[in-house]
Amino acid sequence: MPEIRNMTLNFGPQHPAAHGVLRLILEMDGEVIERADPHIGLLHRATEKLAESKPFNQSIGYMDRLDYVSMMCNEHAYVMAIERLLGITPPVRAQYIRVMFDEITRVLNHLMWLGAHGLDIGAMTVFLYCFREREDLMDCYEAVSGTRMHATYYRPGGVYRDLPERMPQYEASKFRSAAEVKDLNANRQGSMLDFIEDFANRFPACVDEYETLLTDNRIWKQRTVDIGIVTPERALALGFTGPMLRGSGIAWDMRKKQPYEVYADLDFDIPVGTNGDCYDRYLVRIEEMRQSAHIIAQCVKWLKANPGPVIIDDHKLTPPTRGEMKGDMESLIHHFKLFTEGYCVPAGEVYAAVEHPKGEFGIWLVSDGANKPYRLKARAPGFAHLSAMNELATGHMLADVVAIIGTMDIVFGEIDR
Amino acid sequence: MSIEALNRLAERLRELLGERVLDIVIDCDEATLVVNGRDIVTVAEQLRDAPDLAFKLLLDVSGIDYQTYGQADWRTHDATTSGFSRGVSRAQESVDNGAFPGRFGVAYHLLSVAHNLRLRVKVYLADEPPRLPSVVDVFPSANWYEREAFDLYGILFEGHPDLRRILTDYGFIGHPFRKDFPLEGYVEVRYDAEKGRVVYQPVSIENRVLVPRVIRNDGRPGH
Repeated sequence: MPEIRNMTLNFGPQHPAAHGVLRLILEMDGEVIERADPHIGLLHRATEKLAESKPFNQSIGYMDRLDYVSMMCNEHAYVMAIERLLGITPPVRAQYIRVMFDEITRVLNHLMWLGAHGLDIGAMTVFLYCFREREDLMDCYEAVSGTRMHATYYRPGGVYRDLPERMPQYEASKFRSAAEVKDLNANRQGSMLDFIEDFANRFPACVDEYETLLTDNRIWKQRTVDIGIVTPERALALGFTGPMLRGSGIAWDMRKKQPYEVYADLDFDIPVGTNGDCYDRYLVRIEEMRQSAHIIAQCVKWLKANPGPVIIDDHKLTPPTRGEMKGDMESLIHHFKLFTEGYCVPAGEVYAAVEHPKGEFGIWLVSDGANKPYRLKARAPGFAHLSAMNELATGHMLADVVAIIGTMDIVFGEIDR
Repeated sequence: MSIEALNRLAERLRELLGERVLDIVIDCDEATLVVNGRDIVTVAEQLRDAPDLAFKLLLDVSGIDYQTYGQADWRTHDATTSGFSRGVSRAQESVDNGAFPGRFGVAYHLLSVAHNLRLRVKVYLADEPPRLPSVVDVFPSANWYEREAFDLYGILFEGHPDLRRILTDYGFIGHPFRKDFPLEGYVEVRYDAEKGRVVYQPVSIENRVLVPRVIRNDGRPGH
């Protein structure tokens, strides 16, 4: 009689469904997972240690590179931690801009997740649809900060600059005819806020489009329904946050329960799932995209009606304008000191968290009164989610591992830090 | 959280934990509970199981090394309220580190979904190597976080089922987030064409400090 043994399978780190550099050691009984052991750290850049050797403002850019599909939300937690230690509050307009970009980021993140998750389990078209809308939002990032991904736009005390008056437009080239460009530029004639408003209005129809491809799709349901079920009790014990927790039926959202910035003044709903499987988490995220579009529309309305400063004018913390610098000695000194030495943050410790698209992203910041952080710890939601891999995957088939990785919305930038 | 809610929480913690409470600090709208390392498992259980607290979600466990806390490259004390003081002494001035009962610390961030409360529990560790009972049995989510703290700071969590390194390379030596571990590390890897494999060698780069670490106590926000 032949001896039957379990097989150990190495999945990744170079695997398109591993969402980056995940190495999974799978112990399999036939095609059933007996044990899954994720090996992480292949993208570890010691961001937290690097931050200890740099003035506070120079680490904002590192935050973008943590979860590199929801850049501004990471920055948000970091600048909020600094602001709490300094005891400053950004102007209301800056708070609205932050909330608007947080929601734009949420849509960006969920589109990336939906596209990649769909692609992983066999739905090609939705990926292309998602990237079509992502392009518009990336353009908003570019218009406001100059970069399409790593914006470094939020600053302690506000945001780097006000929203542009004019939305950048496409130019004709040998790849794009003038007629084509005219079509593309049709909604870019006004200010950036007009463009975002247009996006918020047409985006729900785009979500409908994704849903026609997936929500009642038989193959999609076969791949996601009853896969990776997490009970509410277990979700709490495993440290889940965000859509992973809400998918299990716990209505916990920082934006509602512990509102930061201006979320308390905005109208939106929190979707929750019932079964806690991959399909419910899919539905939760789809609904979150609709709610985000609703929040964006409210922010645009407010921002259009209320011009004002977008950063506090304490020049010990924020740079003076170019004009002031040219004519005023004191401003020149402030500018010089701020960009060479930075500012000192009072000694103390603070934990600032935001409702990041993936869950709760928190920054634990310890300062000893210096111009550099003493200790910075990024609490990444994906880290807790991935640590539950073994529990979620055990007993499922090999192909379901891919669905489970997808539903966790894994990004290695934040897990490995 | 409002200051009344924090005071209520502090009162309740003293009542629940009694002598196990070493200190409760309320700062920046947050409560920090300091306990002894040997009590951490009991405290974690009590915080989780008390129905009016129900801290069921452990968000984060992170280590910290207080070895160089309060040390600056320059040190200044006085200036006008509107101007900047000048850095004068380049000497590394060591200030008293007695503020902390041990070189290492571990912070647990807890969340109560049922009652909308947050709490940070802190433990200071004086031994070398630092040892602490593991809370994996109370909070399964602590598993990877404790592995991370072990990997980066060398904190030994007793009773952890699988205390392996998690973020650093296979076969890595040292604990990179300790303050006495240099930023650039000790070894670097490169591909050796002759040997046909990746080899380790001593680092060829040198850390240049571009901005000195400065502590100013001279009329800036918060002072």
